Amino acid sequence: MKKSNVIMLVAAILPLGLFLFPLWKITLEAPQYPTPLGMYIHINDFSDANPHDIKNINLMNHYVGMKYIPEAIPEFKIFPIGILLTSLIGVLIAFKGDYKWFLGWFILMVVLSIAGLYDFYLWEHEYGHNLDPKAILKFTNPDGTQMGFQPPFFGSKQILNFRAHSYPQLGALFLGLGMVVSFIAFWMGKRTKPLV
Amino acid sequence: MNNIFKTITALVGLSLVFTSCNNGNSSRQKSGALASNVAEKVYVQPGEHDEFYAFVSGGFSGQLSVYGLPSGRLFKVIPVFSQDAEKAYGYNEETKPMLNTSHGFIPWDDSHHPDISQTNGELDGRWVFINGNNTPRIAKIDLTTFETTEIIEIPNSAGNHSSSFVTENTEYVVAGTRFSVPIPQKDMPIKDYKGNFKGALTFISVAQETGEMNIKFQLIMPGFDYDLAHPGRGNSHGWFFFSTYNSEEANTLLEVNASQNDKDFIAAVNWKKIEEYVNNGGGTKVPAKYAHNVYNDHTHTASSKILNEVLTVNPAEVPGAVFLLPTPKSPHGCDVDPSGEYIVGNGKLSANLTVHSFTKMLDAIKNEKFAGDAYGIPILNFEDVLAGTVEQPGLGPLHTEFDGNGYGYTTFFISSEVVKWKLGTWEVVDRQPCYYSVGHLMIPGGNSRKPFGKYVVAMNKITKDRYLPTGPEVTQSAQLYDISGDKMELLLDFPTVGEPHYAAGCPADLIKANSKKIFPLEENDHPYVSKSEADTKVVRDGKTVHIYMTTIRSHFSPDNIEGVKVGDKVYFHVTNLEQDYDVPHGISIIGANTSELLIMPGQTETFLWEPKEEGVWPFYCTDFCSALHQEMQGYVRVSGENANTPLKWSLGGDIE
Ligand SMILES: [Cu+2]
Repeated sequence: MKKSNVIMLVAAILPLGLFLFPLWKITLEAPQYPTPLGMYIHINDFSDANPHDIKNINLMNHYVGMKYIPEAIPEFKIFPIGILLTSLIGVLIAFKGDYKWFLGWFILMVVLSIAGLYDFYLWEHEYGHNLDPKAILKFTNPDGTQMGFQPPFFGSKQILNFRAHSYPQLGALFLGLGMVVSFIAFWMGKRTKPLV
Repeated sequence: MNNIFKTITALVGLSLVFTSCNNGNSSRQKSGALASNVAEKVYVQPGEHDEFYAFVSGGFSGQLSVYGLPSGRLFKVIPVFSQDAEKAYGYNEETKPMLNTSHGFIPWDDSHHPDISQTNGELDGRWVFINGNNTPRIAKIDLTTFETTEIIEIPNSAGNHSSSFVTENTEYVVAGTRFSVPIPQKDMPIKDYKGNFKGALTFISVAQETGEMNIKFQLIMPGFDYDLAHPGRGNSHGWFFFSTYNSEEANTLLEVNASQNDKDFIAAVNWKKIEEYVNNGGGTKVPAKYAHNVYNDHTHTASSKILNEVLTVNPAEVPGAVFLLPTPKSPHGCDVDPSGEYIVGNGKLSANLTVHSFTKMLDAIKNEKFAGDAYGIPILNFEDVLAGTVEQPGLGPLHTEFDGNGYGYTTFFISSEVVKWKLGTWEVVDRQPCYYSVGHLMIPGGNSRKPFGKYVVAMNKITKDRYLPTGPEVTQSAQLYDISGDKMELLLDFPTVGEPHYAAGCPADLIKANSKKIFPLEENDHPYVSKSEADTKVVRDGKTVHIYMTTIRSHFSPDNIEGVKVGDKVYFHVTNLEQDYDVPHGISIIGANTSELLIMPGQTETFLWEPKEEGVWPFYCTDFCSALHQEMQGYVRVSGENANTPLKWSLGGDIE
C-alpha cells in the first residue's frame, strides 16, 4: 500500500474521534455560579459539564422563555450516520482510490462540516430567538426589537448577567485533523505520482 | 460646694483613667498599629474561607454551632437535641423520631461536649459526636451534610456529662453518668444513696462503615459523680480515664458534703480488657428501655426503635480492668496529652494541677501497690502515679488542652485566665486573662494525637460589658488566642449561641471537599416522593389526605387544591426538584401548627396541617428562592366536614 493511501486511511479514521470526545462546549459564567454552568455537544447528544448543568441552564433560561434543551434533536441521529458513512467512504478510497479521490473526500468533508456548522448556527439562533411569548422576563434591544439570547457561535459574549463562551472541543479537533491529513494525503499522492 | 463636687468628679475620672492604664497589657487597650496587626490575623477576605472549622456546643440550647476560625463567623446552627423552627427539625414528620426517647418525645436537651471522629488518633472529619446531658443521649452528626443522623439514648444514666469522647479509631464513644442513680431505677429513700446508687459508664461501639452506634456494654461503677473523661492514646490507647467527684457519696448539699475528701479519683478503665471479657460472653444482660433513632439520607426520614436490654459489667468481675487514681480535689477536667503519657486532673478546688503518669500507673498496677479499694476496685497510691504538679498556676483549674509542642493550656474559672505550662518541667510559662469566667478551651485537634497548635479558643461563661447591652440577658462568648508564638495573644471576641460549653475544631480541608451540595433526586427513596411534576397528586384515605407536592423555581405543583375538609389530617409531602447547590425552597400554610419546611435540593419533607375552618387558605414559599419567589404560592380550598367537594388539584389550569 502506498504511503499516501496509508495517510488517507488515517485521515478517514480520525473523524471517528467524535464518538469518543465532545465536539463543542458552551459555558455560562455569572457571579452567582462560582462553578460556571456548562454543556458539551457531542456528535449524538448533549451532556453536563458538571452534574445537572443542563437542568440548571433550562431553569435559568425559562425566565426569558427559551425552550428546554431537548433530550434529542434530529441532528443527533443524522450526524453519527454521516460521520460513519464518510469515514467508510474514506476507508474505501484509501484502499481503492487514487489521490484525486482524496481531494474529493476532503472537499466532501469541508462541505459537510460547513453544513454542520451552519445547522448548529441555525439551532442556536432558533434556541436564542424563538422565545415563549408568555415568558416571565422580556428584554428589548435599544432599537425596540426583542432581545435574543443566542450563545456565541464561536468565542465569548455577554448575555445579560452571563458571560457565554462557545468553543470547539477535542472531537472537533479530530474531525479537522482528519480533513487536514486527507489533504496531506492528496498532496503527497500528487507529488509522488510521477514515480508511479 | 459646686467646685468641690467638680474636683471630686475629676479625681474619680482620673483614677479611672489610671486604672485602665494599669491594665494596658490586655488587648482591650490596644490601639493603632498593634490593634490593626491583631485585626489582620483574624481577617478573612470576602470570598475567602477560614482555615478551621469550630464546632461549638450550644449548652442549654441543645444544639451545635459551626464557626470559622480565625474569623469567628457563624456558619450554621446544627439542630441536635432541640426543635429548631429554622430547619423544621423536630417539627416535620421526618425528623420528629430523632427526638424520641423512652420518656417520649423530648424536644430539648443540654448539649455539652462535641468530639470529632478519629483514625489512628488523628481527626478524620467524618462525624461529630455530642452528648445530651439532661435526658442522657449521644448524637452523631454527619459532616457530609452537617445534619444529625443518629441519636442513641443512654439507659441507667443521669446527667450524661463525661461524654462524648471517642477512642483513637472511633471504636467507642463513651457516655459517663454525672449523677449516680439506682440501677435499675426504683422507688427508694434518697438517704440510702450510699452503696445503693451506682454510676454507669457506657461504651457505645461505632460501626466503621456506616457510623451506626450501639451500646456495647455499661460498666456499673460505685456511686460517685463522673464528671469528665478522656481516652488514652498511643501507649495508653485501650484505656479510658474518668474524673470523679463526690467520692463521699453524699446525697444532699453537695457543695459542702462532696467537698470533704482531700482527694477524689480519676477512674482508669482498660476498655480493651472489658471488651475481651464481653466478647467472651461476660457481663449480665439487664432490662433497660432506651431509644435508638437513625436518620436515613435516602428516605430523608428518621426511624426510632425502643430497645429493651443492655449488657452490664460489674468491674469486680474483671480483675485488672479498673483502677482508681487519687486526685486532689474534686477534679473536673480529665485530659490526656497527645503522647498518651500524661493524665491531667484539673482539681477545681485545688490550688495545684495534678498530672499522673501512665507509665507509673502501669508499674504500680504490676507491683500491686494498692492503697486499698472502693467496692472491690483497687485504689493506687497518689505518690506512685504522680508525674508532677503545676504549682499554684491559678484559681479553679477546669480544663486542659495541648498544642502538640509540649505545652498544656489550662483554664482557670475563678481567676478567669488561660495558663500555658510546660509538660515535664511543670513550669508556668505564660498566662492571659479571659473575659470572663472561662470554662472549656479548645485547640483544633487538641483532643487527638495531632493538635494543630495555632489557636486556642476560650469559652466564657459571662460577658458583662464586652458587647452592646441587650437587657439582662447578654450574649455568651468565645475568645480566640494566637498560640503560635512563645506568648499567647488575644485576637478576637465573638458571640456564641447558647452556652459555648465545649468545642471541637479541625482544619477546614478535612471536611470541605466531602460536603454534599445536593441530594440526587434519583437516590430519593422517600415513601412519599414525587420525582417530577407528573408524579404530583392528592390522595384521600378516610380522613387523611396526602398531598404529593413538588417545588422548583418558581412554583409549587399543584398550586390549587380542592376537596379538603375540616377535620382532615392533611400531609404535605414536598419534594424539592432542584438539583442546584444552595437552592432550597420552603413551605408553610396559614394555621399550620408547625414550623416552615426548609427543603434541600432533591429532598422530601412532610408537615401535617389540620384545617379547622372552611375557607380558601394560601401557602407560600418561605425561603427567598428566585426572582419570582413572591409568586411562588398556592391555595387549598377547605370545605365543611360533610361537604362533597370533589378532590381536585391543578397547576397552570383552571380547576373546574
Ligand atoms: Cu421558592
